Order: sequence, then C-alpha cells, then structure tokens
Amino acid sequence: MPLHVEIVSPERVLYSGEGDMVVARAESGDIAFLPGHAPYIGSLGVAAVRVLLPQDGEQAAAVHGGFVNVSDDRVIVLSDVAELPEQIDVERARAAAARAEEALRRDEGDADAKAALARARVRLQVAGATG
Amino acid sequence: MASGQERILRRRIRSINSTRKITRAMELIAASRIVRAQARVQAAAPYADQITQVVRDLAAAGGTASASPFLVPRPEIRSVAHIVVAADRGLCGGYNSSVIRAAEGSMREHAAAGRDYQLHVVGRKVESYFRYRNFRIDSVHSGFSDQPSYEDARAVAAAAEAAFLAGEVDLVQLVYTRFVSAGSQEVVVRPLIPLDPETFERPDRSADAVAPDYEFEPSPAAILEQLLPRYAEARVYAALLNAAASEHAARQRAMKAATDNAEDLITNLTRVMNRARQDAITTEIMEVVGGAEALRSGDSMHTSSEPPQYAA
Repeated sequence: MPLHVEIVSPERVLYSGEGDMVVARAESGDIAFLPGHAPYIGSLGVAAVRVLLPQDGEQAAAVHGGFVNVSDDRVIVLSDVAELPEQIDVERARAAAARAEEALRRDEGDADAKAALARARVRLQVAGATG
Repeated sequence: MASGQERILRRRIRSINSTRKITRAMELIAASRIVRAQARVQAAAPYADQITQVVRDLAAAGGTASASPFLVPRPEIRSVAHIVVAADRGLCGGYNSSVIRAAEGSMREHAAAGRDYQLHVVGRKVESYFRYRNFRIDSVHSGFSDQPSYEDARAVAAAAEAAFLAGEVDLVQLVYTRFVSAGSQEVVVRPLIPLDPETFERPDRSADAVAPDYEFEPSPAAILEQLLPRYAEARVYAALLNAAASEHAARQRAMKAATDNAEDLITNLTRVMNRARQDAITTEIMEVVGGAEALRSGDSMHTSSEPPQYAA
C-alpha cells in the first residue's frame, strides 16, 4: 500500500498522488518516509523533497523551509515557498547563485547571501541543472 | 430640421450610451474575474486546512503548553491594531465603505474602553479615507487588492506581527469581506493575534483519545514557534483572497445596476426625444398648413375685394 503524498503551498496544491517513498531534509539531516512510518511532524530545511513514484520515476520539488506531517500513510508537505521543476527559471537561479557567491567572496558572514545561495542551489538541483 | 430641444436630447442619449458601454465592459470583466478569484480562494484552502491540522496535532501532543506569545491572550489590552482590507479602486458600490464602517465601529468601541489603536491598511481607498480624517496609519499595503499574492499577505502579516511581538499592541483584529457566494458577502471583524485557542481544539473531544503518538523534530514547542507565524500569514492570505473575490462581486453588481440604469435612462430619453420631434413636426405642418391657408384666404380676400360677377 503506497503512501499518499501531498505537497501543498499557500497558493495551490503542487502535487497530490501516490509514492513509494518520500525523502526530505529535516533539521537533523535527511529523512525518508516509507509506508508504515510512525506519525511524525517536523520542520524542513531548504532542500529538495523527492517523491519516488510507484511506477519508475520520481517527482521532485524545491522546498524552501516548511513542515511535514506524516500519519496513517499520508505524507503532507507544507511549505510557503515550494516549486516544481517545471516552474523553476534555471537562468534566474544560476544568476542568483552567481550573485550570492560574489557577495560571499566579499563578506563570508553574509547570512542573506548564504541563504540565497542555498535556495538557488536547491532550485538548480531540482531542475536537474546542477553544474 | 432638428429642433434645439431634440438636438440636446440626442446629445445626452449619446453620452449615456457611451457610459453604458463602459459600465457594461466593467461588469463583464468583473464577472469573469469573480470566477478566477473564487478558484484562488479554493486553491488556498488545503494549505490553511493542513496547517490548522498540524497545529491541532501539536496541541494534542502538549505543544501548546509552551508559552508562545501567539497563543497567550494578554491579561490587559492597552492597544489594539486593526488590519483593514478593502479595495484599491472604487466603482464597486458599498464595498469599501461597508468595510471602513465596520473597522471604524470596532475602533470606536476599543477607544471607548480607553485603548490606543494602530492601523494597518490594505487598499488605496482605505488609506485615503483614514488619511483624510487624520488617523495615524502604521503601514500601508496597496496595489494588489484585486489579485493578492502570498508575498503580499506575508508583508501585511509581518507588519502587524512585529507590532504585537514588540508589545506595542495586545490584540490584532482583521477586518475584511468574507466571500460566501457570488450573491452574498459579509464584512467580518476577526481576531488574528493572539490566535484563538478554540480553533485548535479538536471538535470531537473523544478523538483525543485515539490521537496518534507523534514523533517531533525538533520539539513540539520549537515547531510551534515556526508554525504559528505561518498560520497567521495563511489567515491573512485567506482574508486577502476573500476580499478580492468580494471586490469583484461587488463591482459586478454595482456595474450591472449602472448599466441597467443607463438603459432605463436611454429608453425614457428616447421617448421624450421622439415626442419632441413629433411635436416639432406637428408644429411645422401646422405652420405650413396655416401659411397655405393664410395665402389662400388672402387670395380669396383679394378676389373678394372685387364684386363677384355672378353675384346679383
């Protein structure tokens, strides 16, 4: 019995369907949910959430912070900023990453730039354009 | 030849007709936007539902025992903030004024209890109303009233939240128009922060017994700390979306009334104009006939000045 997975952003439901496994980044590291997982509520970092589909393939989404709620084989990812690969503007993400790296070279303690770099990297990773 | 009166009427009818075309277009645009705005209200519902569910689960697990400032009503309320949500533009009937009236009523009540106020306004019309009356306005958010995004909601919520956490206000009220259906909307005044603890209690008490034992990462209190601001944002977002849908509905109704009125005016004026034209024609005929008659009778008078030959 596969998991029922929903990725929900405030504006709409990004993904709703079945999955064999969901991989996300929790506070303490990556966490994967399989059917029969104990009820779990956690906050998520800036990372990709990957849903392994029952048929081959996977659905990825860039999630910039948020929460995951798991109970009764239902995995619900809540995020105020979440994007599917097809929504990601790769050029923009590349430019943002370059800008953030530039800012970090000047000032290593720049927290905004660090966060921006992390976001851009996740976007590129999800869009399959890491490089 | 059109008489003077007829020409004036014709000009008025033409002007009303072009106004009618404009109101008609606005009516149709608003009608099409209601559907889209309504879809956005519905699309936002799952997130709000789920986030409420998470807060409930956390509450059941004892997370609310934490003294998150969002949950604890202040013992003494000295200052109240109002977030007033209405439109950037007019031409939507009583939409803006009814929201403003509700907000002002609530503010007056709090003022009567000796409480200070803060005002966070959404929409240019609200801003100009309060600015004209010399209210202190703490933050203005405008330019998105008919199509708010989550970012807009975040900015609105952040302004009120900062004031609350800094202790400047002890209660934040949200005033907006709830979209019930295309035919009915109502202005509501709802507390936003602190959050109403009743919202998080399970409607069914017995459900608590079977609430699953959750694992939390990090602790329930820490998650709640992050979650509650998101919850408040989601509430503001829902309010903005409801307000947008209501605005379109109000505009559609107002513009339909204006179009109908213009049609009535045109019908009446056309009738008056036709009568005026008919009168003018009648007068003209009378003049022609009168003239001809006068000529003829003048003729006969001329001939009658000589004694008729057959008269004996």
